[in-house]
Amino acid sequence: MALLESKTVALVGNDAVAEAMRQVNPDVVAAYPITPQTDIVQTFSAMAADGLVKTELVNVESEHSAMSACIGAAASGARVMTATCSQGLALMWELLYIASGLRLPIVMPNVNRALSAPINIHCDHGDSMGARDSGWIQLFSENAQEAYDNIIQAVRISEHPDVYLPVMVLLDGFIISHAVDRMDLMEDEKVRNFIGERSEPYTMLDSKNPTCVGPFDGLYGYFFEFKRQQEEAMKNSFQVIQDVGKEFEKISGRSYGLFQTLGMEDAEFVVIAQGSGAGTIRHQVECMRSSGIPVGMIKLRSFRPFPAKQLVELLSGVKAVAVFDRSDTFAGGMGGPVFIELRSSFYEQEKKPLITNYIYGLGGRDLSIALVKQAMQEIHEMASSGRVKQMVNYLGLKE
Amino acid sequence: MSTKLKDLAKKREILESGHRMCAGCGAPVAVRQILMGAPDDVELVIANPTGCLEVSTTIYPFNSWNASYIHCGFENVASTLSGTEAAYRSLKRQGKIEEDYRFVAFGGDGGTYDIGLQALSGVLERGHRMVYVCYNNEAYMNTGIQRSSATLKGAWTTTSPHGKESFGKTENRKDLTGIVAAHNIPYAAQASISHWRDVVRKAQKAFEADGPSFINILAPCHRGWRYPMEQTIELARLAVQTCVWPLYEVENGVWNLTTKVKKKKPLEEYLKLQGRFAHLFTEQNQEALQSIQEYVDRDWERILRLCGETEE
Repeated sequence: MALLESKTVALVGNDAVAEAMRQVNPDVVAAYPITPQTDIVQTFSAMAADGLVKTELVNVESEHSAMSACIGAAASGARVMTATCSQGLALMWELLYIASGLRLPIVMPNVNRALSAPINIHCDHGDSMGARDSGWIQLFSENAQEAYDNIIQAVRISEHPDVYLPVMVLLDGFIISHAVDRMDLMEDEKVRNFIGERSEPYTMLDSKNPTCVGPFDGLYGYFFEFKRQQEEAMKNSFQVIQDVGKEFEKISGRSYGLFQTLGMEDAEFVVIAQGSGAGTIRHQVECMRSSGIPVGMIKLRSFRPFPAKQLVELLSGVKAVAVFDRSDTFAGGMGGPVFIELRSSFYEQEKKPLITNYIYGLGGRDLSIALVKQAMQEIHEMASSGRVKQMVNYLGLKE
Repeated sequence: MSTKLKDLAKKREILESGHRMCAGCGAPVAVRQILMGAPDDVELVIANPTGCLEVSTTIYPFNSWNASYIHCGFENVASTLSGTEAAYRSLKRQGKIEEDYRFVAFGGDGGTYDIGLQALSGVLERGHRMVYVCYNNEAYMNTGIQRSSATLKGAWTTTSPHGKESFGKTENRKDLTGIVAAHNIPYAAQASISHWRDVVRKAQKAFEADGPSFINILAPCHRGWRYPMEQTIELARLAVQTCVWPLYEVENGVWNLTTKVKKKKPLEEYLKLQGRFAHLFTEQNQEALQSIQEYVDRDWERILRLCGETEE
C-alpha cells in the first residue's frame, strides 16, 4: 500500500505515522497493539507483508517485551521503532528509563490516551506526562502532518552524537490518530537522504569490539555521573532539535523549533497549549485578534526538554499567561504539569506575568470553541484586572 | 562435535576468571559447561536478567564476559535478546554483518520460572533462535533466599520459613521444562552440573537447533541450600540419583531419558545434607517429608512414561 510520492493526501494520523515509519524503514520494529495506536502496527505490518520495508517485525506478547526487544535491538546497532499509548506506555515504564539510561536512540510514537481508572480509550496527556522524568525527549504534534514530520526529525535528533536519547512523538488519540487530515508527504528519497544511515560507535554485533551493555554499577558508583551526563544530553538536545528543525524546513517548507508562536509581537495575554487543542485555541486567538484584542499564543512542541529559558524571555513582558494542560498531577492543587513547570521557570524573575491553569479534555472530553471562548474571556479579564481569580481551573466539567 | 575433555580444554573461555560469584557456586560451573557446547566458528551475545550472575560478572568498570553482553531488566532477558536476534537477522539480511552469531540467555529460576515466564513464552512461540538456559538454584538467591516456583516443597526459605505452623514451602514446584516443551520448540532439556558431559552434549544440540532451545540446569547454591561449599557437585549428583531432578531431553517432540537411574536413592539422602530441609527430620514433619517423597516418585514415574521407559 505504498502511497504516491510527494503529494498532498488525506490521511488519518495513524496512517501518516505508519507512512513515516515506512519511509524511515527501521531495521527492527517490535510492537504490540493497543487502542488507539493499533492501526499504526496494522498498517505497518501490511507494509512489511508487502515487502515495502526491510524491517524485521517482532510481534511481541506485551508492550513490556516491545520496549525490551527495542532495547536489545538498538544496542545491536539497529535502527529501531515501536509505537504505543496509555496502559501500554505504563507497562513499559521501567524500560523507558533503561532505554534512556543506556543512551539508545529509539523512536516511539505515543498516541496519547487516558490512563485507567476509570478505563477510557480517549485522549488526554496523562500517559506521556507520567513518563516526563524518564529521560525521553517528548515532542507534541498538533495534527497528522506534525506527527509525520516529527517522526522523521526524531530519527535525526535521537541519533545525534550530542544527544543519543530516545524520542517519544506524541499525537492525540482519536482526535489526530483517527481523524482524516490534509497533509503533504515527502518523497521517499528525500526522507532517506535526510535521515541517513545509523552510525553507532558501540554495538553488540561488532565482533572486533565486543560490547558490554548495561553492566552493574552497584559497587564502584558511577551512577550519579551517568545520570548527570544524561541531563547534559537533554540540554544538548535544545540545539539539536532546533538545528534539525531548520534543516527539515529546507526540504519540506515546514518550520519546526521548540515551540511555535502566534501574535507574540504585541500580545498582552497569552495562551500556551500542546497537541490538537492548539488548533481549536488558535482559531479563537485569530478571531479575537481580528477584533483587535491583544492575545497571543504559544504552541509547545518540545515538552522534554522543557524550553524554560526561551519561554521566560518571550513571556516576561506580557500581563497574563494561561496554560492549557490535558492532564493533572494530583498534587493537591498545584495544577497540570506544563503549568507547574512554566510557573516554576519564572521563580527568579522579577518581571513576570500572572499565570493561571486550565485543565481540560481529560478522557477525551471535547474542547469546544465555546469553552475556549469562556476561558479566553476570563484570561482577558485577569490581564485587565491584574488579579488571578483562580489559579487552577477545570474547563468543561459536567459537575 | 566432541565432548572429550582434551578437546573441550582447548575451547575459548567465554566466562573469564576473576568474577565475584561465591566460591562453590553452581552457576558459573553451569555457564562454563553450557558454553563448552557452543560452536567454535560463531560469535556470541550473552544476556542475563537481573540476578547473581549479572551483578557478579559485570561490576562496572570490570566485565568477565569474553563476548558481547547485555543486561536490561529482571523479567525480560528473553524479550531483550529476541530484539538482538531480530536486529542480527535484519542486519545480516542487509549484508551489514558477515559473522554468524548465536544468542545465549542465562537466567536464574526467579527470572525464568516466575517473573520472566511471559517474556520467555513469547520468545519460544515467536521462534527466535536462541539458547535459553535457566540456571536453577531453586530460590531467589540474589535477594537473599526467597521462595520461587522452582523451590522444592518443604524447603525453608526466608519467605517460606518453617515454624510451629509450617514445614516450610507448602506447594510443589512448577514443571517449567514441561511448560517450555509444550511450546513445541526444537529442543528442551533438563541437566545437572554433576553430569558435565551430558550438559555439553545437550548444549551442543541446543546450539544446533534452528529455533529456540531451552536447558533447565540444576546449579546448587550453598548459601541458600545450607551445605558446605565443597559439596555443590555432590548435591547436584544426588538430585539426579534420588530422581528429584530427572535428566531428559525433548528433541522435536520426542522425550528421551538421558540418564537412567537403576536404583533410585531415598530422597532423605539428598535432603539430609541440606540445612534448608533440616526441619523436616522431626516427628512433627514426618508427614510432610513423606509427601515430598511421594511427589518425587510420582513425578519420576511421569517422566519415565513420557520418555517411553515404562510398559504402561
